[in-house]
Amino acid sequence: MAGPIKAKYVEKEHAVVDGVDISGHWNRMFEQRVITEYTPELIEKVADIPGGESFANCYQCAKCVPVCPVDVVGNYGPRKLYRYAQTGMDLTEAPELWLCTTCKNCLRVCPKEVDMIQIMPAVREQAILAGKFVPPELQQAFENTAKTGNPLGQPQRKRDAWIQSAGVPVPIIKDVARPVDVLWYVGSYPSYHPRGIDAAAAAARIFTALGIDFAILGKEEKDDADSQRLAGEKGLFEMMTEYNIETFNKYEWKELMVTGPHELNAFKNVYPKYGFERPVVHYTTFLARHLDQLKPLLKHSVNKKITYHDPCYLGRHNGEYEAPRKLLEAIPGVELVEMGRNRENGYCCGGGGGGMWMDSFTAKHTTMRLSEKRAMEAASTGANVLAVACPFEVSRFTDAVKSTGNEHVDVLDILELLDRSMRGE
Amino acid sequence: MNIVVAIKHIPSIADDLPVKGNNVDFDSVDFVLNEFDEQSIEQAVLVKEAVGGTVTVVGVDMIGELDNVLHLALAKGADKAVKITGDDPAADSHMQAKWLSEAIKGMSPNIVFAGVQASNDLDGQIGPMIAAYLDMPYIGGVSSVEVAGDSATVNKEFAGGVGAKYSVSLPMVVGVQAASKPPRYAPVSKVRQVAQTATIEKVAPSGEASSGLTMKKMAPPVVTGHAEMIEGSSKEVAAKIVELLKSKGLA
Ligand code: SF4
Ligand code: SF4
Repeated sequence: MAGPIKAKYVEKEHAVVDGVDISGHWNRMFEQRVITEYTPELIEKVADIPGGESFANCYQCAKCVPVCPVDVVGNYGPRKLYRYAQTGMDLTEAPELWLCTTCKNCLRVCPKEVDMIQIMPAVREQAILAGKFVPPELQQAFENTAKTGNPLGQPQRKRDAWIQSAGVPVPIIKDVARPVDVLWYVGSYPSYHPRGIDAAAAAARIFTALGIDFAILGKEEKDDADSQRLAGEKGLFEMMTEYNIETFNKYEWKELMVTGPHELNAFKNVYPKYGFERPVVHYTTFLARHLDQLKPLLKHSVNKKITYHDPCYLGRHNGEYEAPRKLLEAIPGVELVEMGRNRENGYCCGGGGGGMWMDSFTAKHTTMRLSEKRAMEAASTGANVLAVACPFEVSRFTDAVKSTGNEHVDVLDILELLDRSMRGE
Repeated sequence: MNIVVAIKHIPSIADDLPVKGNNVDFDSVDFVLNEFDEQSIEQAVLVKEAVGGTVTVVGVDMIGELDNVLHLALAKGADKAVKITGDDPAADSHMQAKWLSEAIKGMSPNIVFAGVQASNDLDGQIGPMIAAYLDMPYIGGVSSVEVAGDSATVNKEFAGGVGAKYSVSLPMVVGVQAASKPPRYAPVSKVRQVAQTATIEKVAPSGEASSGLTMKKMAPPVVTGHAEMIEGSSKEVAAKIVELLKSKGLA
């Protein structure tokens, strides 16, 4: 029986580099090892899918692992996925396919530009088309979006029912029948989810107080479906995109304002590929621009210690870190404290890339929800308010502060905080 | 195994139902696939997956938009799609059953699936009438179908959660209440792929039938009483409910 194969090496008897003598074993280098215990096939399977190419770039440096929010509560990150694929995991049918939230923190640090924002949707689409396992709750969100125009499965006719709680008139663009400065795309969660409606109503009051010439699409508004795209349902996204672009173009307006960062991402970064190139702005950026007019309206103190959670799709994906902070700092009485992970390194709430609709699936593969991890981080700053700027987050974090025993932390949209300062509630 | 699914395209009730004259305003309402037909397509595809064969989906094109529904059915696993060019949005279930039977006759089906009812007519007539026209046995309220040879074991649901298993010899017509598994999701990406390649066979409507009923008037229900919201703490609310039940002689 032959013993273990010894790695072969080469060394130069005489070698001087930069005046340093490194002769003999000092310059010893191992020959390239012949890898026999795994094959590249399952890596190539991913890299062969259009969009999945960069998966093969990984050289296992592991910079991505500590910044991956899923790894903090499990075993994840591009490096690990690559290694799993090397050792037999077929990503198209593994549960790992559905855990990435496309938060982009790995891409930020990866020297080889392994791009999960491209890889994940591409591989997921293949899995969906091939009839492989798709988490049932995610399928439900797809089906709801296709059938009712929003992932919550609420009737289209009730899309503008929230405006009754605004306490100010909310103009519908079809009825105003004239060009407006701002077309406000409200979004599905602010239109239907009870806590989202709170933020939408607050926004309507703020825009009205500022004298903004705005209107909404009302019953003509449908979901942006960007998260459904990232979850692999590109066809659904395209179907919604065609409808939305046609609807946006039906009316005259100067700027499209969105409540949600995912909508910002869709309309600003993806719609141009479908021929829609118009100014799109998130409400935080928009209001920060109106800070001089806004400040005198913020009459009442909100005596709270507030920490702000950077939404991945506002921050890392769209580079807006300062506007939300400026708005919070403009509120009298507010003390703003930062969590350890903030701005570029902000921790993901778990809602992106379809994660919003996979909580029970994800729970089976992680030690705790990302939103729970983040809620605990928020509580550890001593803050009594966790401020958010994404409609996915209010419901996620409200659940998370409860389940982690941090009910004393209020989860509020920046819109709600501004509104409180304006109205003194 | 020749499996046929007879489907209905019906006005959507997700939005307010607009009324014009003495019928639905068909021009300003969206049409959708009848919910029970979604179940029946799924059951048909499940049977095909279990014993082999082909699934043909056939429906009356009410407003010229049936292709979307047929593409969806093909994406879910149906093999052939046929549309009857009815173009009469007001065709009732009797008329549709006749047209469907004429179209299905030549397909020599072993099983015809139909949704047990639809939310427009709500009369559950399509299945039984197809069975009558084709001279086949009908079983409705079905929640699972297992085929073995030339007979099938069929689970039929009765009121109060009671179910019964029947053995039915083929050919048969089945009115599906629910498929044995929830209907699968067809990704829009796939539906779009199918839409580019699929061929839909067109047949002209043949024959005539009528329910003998004429619509006199159609109107949205008039709101009369309003619900009373009882406010206060849970104790106060409970006390008020007890009081209310007593005053109505119920407690
Ligand atoms: S940072 Fe990039 S190259 Fe390094 S291990 Fe992660 S994916 Fe691979
Ligand atoms: S995008 Fe975010 S969740 Fe996905 S692998 Fe990268 S760091 Fe992890």
